[in-house]
Amino acid sequence: MRPGTETELAEMIRAASGPLSLRGGGTRGPLSVGAALDLTGLTGIRLYEPGALTLVAGAGTPLDQVQATLAAEGQRLAFEPPDLRALLGRQGQSTLGGVAAANASGPRRVQSGAARDHLIGLRLVDGHGTAIKSGGRVMKNVTGLDLVKLMAGAHGTLGVLSEVAFKLLPAPQSVASLCLHGQSLAQAVDDMSRALGSPYEITGAAHLPDTRETHLRIEGFETSVAYRTQRLTALFAGQGAEISISADPGALWRSVRDVTPLAGVAGDLWRLSVQPSTAPALLARMPEGATTLLDWGGGLIWARVPPGTDLRALLGPIRGHATLLQGAPGLPVFPPAPPGVAALTAALRAKFDPRALFNRGIMG
Amino acid sequence: MDMPPVSRQILNNRPAVLAALAAVLPEGGLISDPTELRVYECDGLSAYRCPPMAVTLPRTTAEVAAVLQTCHRLGVPVVPRGAGTSLAGGALPTADCVLLGVARLTRVIEINTADRFIHVETGRTNLSVTAAVEAEGFFYAPDPSSQLACAIAGNIAMNSGGAHCLKYGVTTNNLLGVRMVLMDGTTLTLGGPFSDAGGLDLLGLICGSEGQLAVVTEAWLRILPKPEGARPVLMGFDSNEGAGACVADIIKAGVLPVAIEFMDRPAILACEAFAHAGYPDCAALLIIEVEGSDTEIDDQLARIRAIAAGHHPVAYRESTSAEETARIWLGRKSAFGAMGQLGDYMCLDGTIPVSALPLVLRRISEMSADYGLRVANVFHAGDGNMHPLILYDANKPGDLERCEAFGAAILTLCVEVGGCLTGEHGVGVEKRDLMSVQFSPADLESQMRVKDVFDPGWLLNPAKVFPLAASAGRRAG
Repeated sequence: MRPGTETELAEMIRAASGPLSLRGGGTRGPLSVGAALDLTGLTGIRLYEPGALTLVAGAGTPLDQVQATLAAEGQRLAFEPPDLRALLGRQGQSTLGGVAAANASGPRRVQSGAARDHLIGLRLVDGHGTAIKSGGRVMKNVTGLDLVKLMAGAHGTLGVLSEVAFKLLPAPQSVASLCLHGQSLAQAVDDMSRALGSPYEITGAAHLPDTRETHLRIEGFETSVAYRTQRLTALFAGQGAEISISADPGALWRSVRDVTPLAGVAGDLWRLSVQPSTAPALLARMPEGATTLLDWGGGLIWARVPPGTDLRALLGPIRGHATLLQGAPGLPVFPPAPPGVAALTAALRAKFDPRALFNRGIMG
Repeated sequence: MDMPPVSRQILNNRPAVLAALAAVLPEGGLISDPTELRVYECDGLSAYRCPPMAVTLPRTTAEVAAVLQTCHRLGVPVVPRGAGTSLAGGALPTADCVLLGVARLTRVIEINTADRFIHVETGRTNLSVTAAVEAEGFFYAPDPSSQLACAIAGNIAMNSGGAHCLKYGVTTNNLLGVRMVLMDGTTLTLGGPFSDAGGLDLLGLICGSEGQLAVVTEAWLRILPKPEGARPVLMGFDSNEGAGACVADIIKAGVLPVAIEFMDRPAILACEAFAHAGYPDCAALLIIEVEGSDTEIDDQLARIRAIAAGHHPVAYRESTSAEETARIWLGRKSAFGAMGQLGDYMCLDGTIPVSALPLVLRRISEMSADYGLRVANVFHAGDGNMHPLILYDANKPGDLERCEAFGAAILTLCVEVGGCLTGEHGVGVEKRDLMSVQFSPADLESQMRVKDVFDPGWLLNPAKVFPLAASAGRRAG
């Protein structure tokens, strides 16, 4: 099924007699059982106002097309959606709706926020086959319950997005990246925290345990990038760190964003969100043979581990959550919610999708 | 403004309700004296007043849960209240409700500057959160103008913004987790000092839910390192269009100021007469503030100056000292006080696409003549959040109603041009019945289904947010 309009989408949902497996580009989310509902026909940029920093587009609009349109005006989606195709071994074209449904955010999340922070409005069709809207096309909006946030990251389990509106930001004039070499995990997390706690507006803080390198990104006008690079260098030079500076770190940050160092590596793939300062203790408990990458100053950990390893059990008392992106069946993909939250989740799902059509089996 | 009829049955049961609440609260936690109850009869929307049946002031999450569980068992509606600064009537009581104030929940539970968060109880004021981390060089970004008085609980309920949210976002963008209590007394934790939800983003749903879904008692808030410095520039234009075009060009040029404030001529005149800030006599005024080191500020202001020159400002003044900065902000920050000098006023906060600014201001000025009421506009121009202040005379019969009709017409216009009813104040009772201008019956139904999940009996802050006609069947059940 491939609806070309929201009306067609609503008709298909009303007529559906069994589970539907929602597909944008199929580049990032877990794929459920059921008849494929291909959403790439809901395409097109409906509104783009550079002076108001807003874009509205059909949910099936290719991410590449959106990014090219924005780049032509010197703007971008500041939350830096990752391209996980190589990591997950997927093909296809990422869609804007898929990015919203997965709340897909890259390294700049530490400074600019996640996809959900930039998603300002949407239209969707619920399991009753009814089209509804929430939010709008303005940046500040507290009118009614925020279903926009509820849908961001819901992986299509509550409704099928047909249109999304995003807030945009100007692309920077200049970028630089500082690399601290020969770092232990503890030192890396500590230094990333110092950088993120400085007034220099770090827009990326990542550590690669394999190369013992810590990367700090600075973006903005040339004057500002030069000033901040110099200040950060001074901050870390004092502790005797070996520092190098790159003025063209595009490829480096794409590889952090897309988790390239873990692509093609064997093992289960986990994504953990934790309090940054707990990362070293957590990584110390990783099994032999684990390959990891730390983003968000240590708050986001990507890990390839021997098949069957349960990183949720490893979390123990550490606050956070773990998602299993690739692994043998057995462990759930999404972290099981505590009982009260699970009850609310199930009840919300039953309200929005009473026939349990959408992405059955995903998210509990 | 209509409110549902008071439940006789609940009022008749008042002694039993008071006894049950007294049993779960410590000495001083329950207020039932009619004189003392008057303190809680309204919030910042003081045109509407109604003392509640009782006020509870719990000191812990467990006591909040006990109050809610008790009211749930006895079928008594509960109206949650932060500091009572809502401009939308979000904390307006009904005569048959128990008001639940979080003002005594004020502890700081944890400060962690390495991981950049603070964990507080939600009765704490907005400004005191920043005060708790300021010495270490951090601040809490959302800065509603009531920040000295308003509580974090209310900020979360209304998803409060402020003048600096163009750069830092509103409450929802700075909230990491909450501890909250459902109407039936169930206590839950959502999120925490880490990023994003593992499952559905219920935290995002709670923020801005106006006390419809749960009472939030603790919050993990993101704190940010303080910028090295900040400096404003003031510029005057001979038309609203000129000022609006200048804002759009600054944003398009990639400069992202921390605040862009707009004032129209009536606002400029009122503020100048009140505060003597030295504002130029012109059609529209912008105050733009940028942050960074001195070098960075000079660089950004040079860019802004070059862009502004293309729009022929009639006045242009960059601050060169702390005194000048204070003077530039003085007028804007006293806008509400200045309007208060002129009479009673109603403050709206509809939000519009920035491109619609000249049209909307022209229409407001035409409507001002039609309704025979004066209006002044102050405006967070970077994000389209308007604040029309309509002047009226509360002692003049029919004036409040005329003012409300004018306000409704302005908000309807905001929706027509692609905006929304409220950018940061919330719906409350004030904009409740305008919700059908922005939302279809299906949109409202889907929002009310969410409330059904969290509060099946519709006991928590009922008769707010949703038009009374739309929620009638649910509230009766």
